Amino acid sequence: MSDLTPSDLTGLTIAEARDRLRKKEITARELTEAHIAAIEAANDALNAFVVATPDKALDMAKASDARLAKGQGLPLDGLPLGIKDLFCTRDVRTTAGSAILDDFKPVYESTVTQNLWDAGAVMLGKLNMDEFAMGSSNETSHFKPCVNPWRADGSSKPLVPGGSSGGSASAVAARIAMAATASDTGGSIRQPAAFTGTVGIKPTYGRCSRWGIVAFASSLDQAGPITRTVRDAAIMLGQMASHDPKDSTSADRPVPDYEAALGKSVKGLRIGIPKEYRIEGMSAEIEALWQQGIDWFKAAGAEIREISLPHTKYALPAYYIVAPAEASSNLARYDGVRYGLRVNGRDITSMYEETRSEGFGAEVKRRILIGTYVLSAGYYDAYYIKAQKVRTLIRQDFERAYQEVDAILTPATPSPAFGIGEKSGDPIEMYLNDIFTVTVNMAGLPGISVPAGFSKQGLPLGLQLIGRPFDEETVLRAAQVIEDAAGPARRPDAWWLGSTSAADAPKSPKAAKPAKMAKAAAKKSS
Amino acid sequence: MARGKLGTRHGAKTMTIQIRQENLIDGATGPWEVIIGLEVHAQVTSKSKLFSGASTEFGGEPNSHVSLVDAAMPGMLPVINEECVRQAIRTGLGLKAEINLYSVFDRKNYFYPDLPQGYQISQYKYPIVGAGVVTVDMKDGYSVEVGIERVHLEQDAGKSLHDQHAEFSFVDLNRSGVALMEIVSRPDLRSSEEAKAYVTKLRTILRYLGTCDGNMEQGSLRADVNVSVRKLGAPLGTRCEIKNVNSIRFIGQAIDVEARRQIAILEEGGSIDQETRLFDPKSGQTRSMRSKEEAHDYRYFPDPDLLPLELTQGYVDAIAKNLPELPDQKKARFIRDFALSVYDAGVLVADKENADYFETVAKGRDPKLAANWVTGDLFGVLNRLGKGIDESPVRADHLGELIDLISGGVISGRIAKDVFEIMVETGEAPGRIVDERGLKQVTDTGAIEKAVDEVIAANPKQVEQVRLKPQTLGWFVGQVMKATGGKANPAALNAILKERLGLGE
Amino acid sequence: MKVDEATVRHVARLARIKVSGQEAQSLQRELSAILDWVEQLDAVDTNGVEPMTRVEAMALPQRSDAVTDGGIPDQIVKNAPLTEDHFFVVPKVVE
Repeated sequence: MSDLTPSDLTGLTIAEARDRLRKKEITARELTEAHIAAIEAANDALNAFVVATPDKALDMAKASDARLAKGQGLPLDGLPLGIKDLFCTRDVRTTAGSAILDDFKPVYESTVTQNLWDAGAVMLGKLNMDEFAMGSSNETSHFKPCVNPWRADGSSKPLVPGGSSGGSASAVAARIAMAATASDTGGSIRQPAAFTGTVGIKPTYGRCSRWGIVAFASSLDQAGPITRTVRDAAIMLGQMASHDPKDSTSADRPVPDYEAALGKSVKGLRIGIPKEYRIEGMSAEIEALWQQGIDWFKAAGAEIREISLPHTKYALPAYYIVAPAEASSNLARYDGVRYGLRVNGRDITSMYEETRSEGFGAEVKRRILIGTYVLSAGYYDAYYIKAQKVRTLIRQDFERAYQEVDAILTPATPSPAFGIGEKSGDPIEMYLNDIFTVTVNMAGLPGISVPAGFSKQGLPLGLQLIGRPFDEETVLRAAQVIEDAAGPARRPDAWWLGSTSAADAPKSPKAAKPAKMAKAAAKKSS
Repeated sequence: MARGKLGTRHGAKTMTIQIRQENLIDGATGPWEVIIGLEVHAQVTSKSKLFSGASTEFGGEPNSHVSLVDAAMPGMLPVINEECVRQAIRTGLGLKAEINLYSVFDRKNYFYPDLPQGYQISQYKYPIVGAGVVTVDMKDGYSVEVGIERVHLEQDAGKSLHDQHAEFSFVDLNRSGVALMEIVSRPDLRSSEEAKAYVTKLRTILRYLGTCDGNMEQGSLRADVNVSVRKLGAPLGTRCEIKNVNSIRFIGQAIDVEARRQIAILEEGGSIDQETRLFDPKSGQTRSMRSKEEAHDYRYFPDPDLLPLELTQGYVDAIAKNLPELPDQKKARFIRDFALSVYDAGVLVADKENADYFETVAKGRDPKLAANWVTGDLFGVLNRLGKGIDESPVRADHLGELIDLISGGVISGRIAKDVFEIMVETGEAPGRIVDERGLKQVTDTGAIEKAVDEVIAANPKQVEQVRLKPQTLGWFVGQVMKATGGKANPAALNAILKERLGLGE
Repeated sequence: MKVDEATVRHVARLARIKVSGQEAQSLQRELSAILDWVEQLDAVDTNGVEPMTRVEAMALPQRSDAVTDGGIPDQIVKNAPLTEDHFFVVPKVVE
């Protein structure tokens, strides 16, 4: 046993913990127990985990310790992770944040999570998210919103962690998971990372297998990690990525050693600043943050060039045609026949209609209907084909830009985290959260959000770097510059431990509460 | 770009179709022309499904030939089976069609319990095969060129059983995801006979190619039939689509009854609703499927889980090079090389197994004799037994041996018929049957002379008579044959008889 | 408004989602607003532009024809709301 406190243990980065485990300074068991206890202490307040799997975690930790003892440690051996509930996990309830999946327990494991377990990682449980990854605040989750561990200075107002990977970002920021899997269709990794002061990378489309990940919009969905450091992001991505013959859109190319790319100088690296991202009404705070980033790169010896990505402003509206169209079709399988919720009706059609009406939340229904509308007879060319053409233009914008620059620097979000309930009234206002991130999905490029500073109210802000297709190495290398310049990651105050935190301090490693909560939610839905 | 190749070789040319009196249907107001086009769904011969590794085997326990992909579990993704692509190309080439080097898989969205994904993966705007043609020879000696509009690959649906329970339907996904080829004809057919002949011919071509087993009982081949009627020279009428007809006979019946239904409506001053109908073999009627009618809007769009299917011309050419001989080619060869009649050749090539059987029998032998034995005696027996050629009790090499025995003078044609019957019953080789049963033709002149002499000696009256009426010689032939058990060589017998009776040549 | 209530109902029917009268009205507003908003794409000249068909220039991978899956009826129906003898069971479908 180490002399580290549970709080020290949960504060370790993946890279640090990995090294200590290998040196046998700590065990996978104590690291896992510390996280299980931390989840138990925090989850009532944060609602980050919808299912906790402490027994499974301890079993996995035990196996890791056995390997580590023999000096046969795997790349992620003993590192406790949270899994976004979009990833199918064998025998562990998977809901995609929706009531319609009810008590669905996959008989299979997604390729990305299997890769992680094959690398020795430990599973802590499943993380809250916007329903079917449709949302930017985690408020569309059937299991109630997840809460951001960050609060504005002097305020106790609950803030959103961003979305759709809100649970992933919240858990990693709150130190109740060392890292988490996430997915990004229009910004769902990068936006919550920016809102929670964590690092989130969406790799190039095709880099991580989509097999076993509940589909939202197939041509845009891509898995990636949320971590606390750029190095951890490199380590995680290296294990999550693979070529998968079961995914026809998976890239058949070797996975580079991303960690090895870090620390290389960015001297002479050409960083593009797209003028179209200087949107009308951009807050001075964000503008200043962006300028700060530019200055950091200049100081690191990079070359700054203004570039033009003329179709930027059309990315979001085009996205809100393509993504709902694909989603309307991808979500047709939730019909109450083979799995998930069934609400009986007088005949088969009414069974479908009742099931889907009760099983899907408002935002999901809205997008299914929009998607159905834009694909329907007479509208297909005007909407869907038009949007896919615009997508080609967006992609061409980037191709032109990458003749002049090696990476592109932009803000990650137009604002810091906002209050729960503040933006849920107007769909379009909510959609605008993705204004800086969505172009990257439309073009299939890699993008990362890195903590770069704080708002006047003390909330984290992120900068985004966008790279060439499959050039995650440059993205990570450049992200390291921001991280180094911005200083060590700050830990949010553990307000959820409250005044009784000391008394409550982890005793039993079994975090049974989240599991119970998930069960209760399931009952309510049926 | 390959995408521009959608333009068609055959489709560009509008075929003028000659009106045949015998195809017209007489109504109260005069003759009507029936216009028919078919969409044939042919199951691709492959071991595994179009987008999953589950078996395509027919039958099986419910949901046993089902993968997680076929059951549309969340997060499951399709990966295409290269053999199905190859089979579609092979089929296209067999239909003398354009192979599109660029094709796209689309999603056809609709809800049905045996459609687990909520969409069928199909090809809509860019099918793998473009325009082609099938030549159909009709019994009356004319032939019809049926234009093929396109062939595309798509997934089959599962099966819903509605008769297992009063309140529930049971869903089995064993068929879900099996590869189908939809072969769409142009409306070039003008009678139920032509339509039946077309499907028969199509089935023959697919079986030759080995791309579909054509088994209609198991649903490997089924057709949606589009029927409309018009007065001569009038523009095309409104068509009805009769869904899922699963036998050639029913296709004929469905067309006839549907054409008459439409004519009756039109002659009473009514109009035809464009709709989907179902043929009920029990009542022999078609009925509207209104439940399926409700505002169909399939919302096709390219499946984002798949990429466009791009082929190289070299790949297609290599497949073309290895294409088997097709029925039309084989027929021409049989006529040319075996001097068969058009009719015999047509009968033989209609089924590849028959044609192969015939070739084995005919190889190095008298083709006309071989054709007579195969199409006459053998097909007669098979018909009687209700068996296919693959279950024939008589092996092709045995039938060939039988013909050799006749040609070599070992047995007579008459004895050969008896030997054949024994072959049918026992499955034994004719040589062995002839040996064991002593059926060898007697060519030993000594033995024949002895028998002739005995008959002459025993029948002086007849001897006198034959000298006056040489045409009664046949009586002596019969007597000697009887005495020799039919084994006397007829030529030798004739010569000896004539010589002994002094009848001269 | 871009869409009327009848259109909302039609689309909801296609998508097999029951909507109440009140829902239909708010969906009519929301859908119209979203469609108005995406209309800005009309300003983009897309003449001669190919619609995007894939994110990366790669060929469709094809698998070889082998039976590698199936034979797991227990697992296939494991999560089903209603089954009988490994069949999925649904309210009677009338053809």
